Amino acid sequence: MIELKSVHKSFGANAVLRGVDLTVPSGESMVIIGGSRKGKNVLLKCILGLIHPDSGTITLDGQDVEKAARDAFLARFGMLFQGGALFDSLPVWQNVAFRLLRGLKKRPKAEAREIAIEKLRRVGLKPEVADLFPAELSGGMQKRVGLARAIAAEPEIIFFDEPTTGLDPIMAGVINELIREIVVEMGATAMTITHDMTSVRAIADKVAMLHGGKVRWTGRIQEMDATSDPYVQQFIHGRAEGPIESVR
Amino acid sequence: MSLATPLAHLGRTVLGGLAATGRFALFCLDTLAHVLRPPFYLREFLYACLQIGWLSLPVVGLTAVFTGAALALQIYAGGARFSAESVVPSIVAIGMTRELGPVLGGLMVAARVASSIAAEIGTMKVTEQVDALVTLSTNPMKYLTVPRVLAATMTVPVLVGVGDVIGIMGGWLVGVNRLDFNSASYLKNTWDFLEFWDVGSGLVKGAAFGFIVAVMGCYHGMNSGRGAQGVGRATKSAVVGASVLILAANYLLTEAFFSA
Repeated sequence: MIELKSVHKSFGANAVLRGVDLTVPSGESMVIIGGSRKGKNVLLKCILGLIHPDSGTITLDGQDVEKAARDAFLARFGMLFQGGALFDSLPVWQNVAFRLLRGLKKRPKAEAREIAIEKLRRVGLKPEVADLFPAELSGGMQKRVGLARAIAAEPEIIFFDEPTTGLDPIMAGVINELIREIVVEMGATAMTITHDMTSVRAIADKVAMLHGGKVRWTGRIQEMDATSDPYVQQFIHGRAEGPIESVR
Repeated sequence: MSLATPLAHLGRTVLGGLAATGRFALFCLDTLAHVLRPPFYLREFLYACLQIGWLSLPVVGLTAVFTGAALALQIYAGGARFSAESVVPSIVAIGMTRELGPVLGGLMVAARVASSIAAEIGTMKVTEQVDALVTLSTNPMKYLTVPRVLAATMTVPVLVGVGDVIGIMGGWLVGVNRLDFNSASYLKNTWDFLEFWDVGSGLVKGAAFGFIVAVMGCYHGMNSGRGAQGVGRATKSAVVGASVLILAANYLLTEAFFSA
């Protein structure tokens, strides 16, 4: 279980997180929604230790993430980045098997390649893709490779950062389905940040809305449409009018 | 505008400069600390040796041959004023090995390598590849910085050594073909005059310059701003910073090695 208590983070005068309280139960898929530049990405990076919060605590299964042994802690995570973040200098299979070729989960090269090809197959890519370089792939294929890399070492927790940004609706649907299938199949805890409501409905067990640096609303996906919270209603229906300021 | 405004601006600039110097010094110390601690990425180190050392050879070689040739012409013209044309082989040799070989070699490597390292790591930073490394339990300092810094520190002295030989040969070509020196006596004069420390000091300078080039490239890449403009600025700062530091370090090392 991931638990955030009163997490604050500012960049200069810009207070991005102003006391975030959030609980992500094990084995559930939590989706964080909210407008652009509202701190969703910062929140995810705080949990991973890529950014250090100014105050507050973040615990994973009761252990403070700031005090956890770094390698063992990160070995429990997989992450799909918004732009894929594939390493340009490595072929696709070495991207997927990156963690299996070094560090705590190191395997022999042939075995790592075999696992990489299996994971590529799992995300709908043919084995021939394995020896291509990321620059030779389309945006959708890069997302799939990123997804294969995120699940290659079978992590307990997977983070998805805007998984459908920049994809056409059909490819976005495919990625959403893949994410849902994989999370259920692996029994992983998932945390996704997105403002794509189709993704939210496809992926989420629970939804939390981040606004004004705090979690404005949280509940199960089935409760989202019925909530009377005007912020959530404005956001999920994409209305220009409402309590959330929109620049015209 | 009050009098305090330019003073405040000056103060901010000085404080900013001091803070940047401190951050850079800490980055150097952090790099050195990581050099000594595993894991070590041999494949990345060898790849960096190829990129920094081997592929810089043409540009360093061409710079050296033309510099040696021009130096021979200048020393000959200058020496003629004192009827001392015969010093051409020895002055070319000492000039190349002590100063021009390491400094020009270092500057050419700075232009080629610091820019490329800063652009590569800067692009990795803005496309979240550096963050991805962390989430894959890989320390970016160990994976990106240490192999490049080690490779540059070890290969630039070799480049300087090769550049010294090529530069001296450039002087010899001009000496023999344009200035009517006898080939054998030109080479004998060069060999007899050179001392071990003339060459050794240049190689030590080469190692220091290699370290500077790679650390500046990595530092500015790791601290690159967002977007194409951020990466462009990081690249420019890496080349300018490395070039200035090389010239400053050259003076300090020369003082340390040769001042009476």
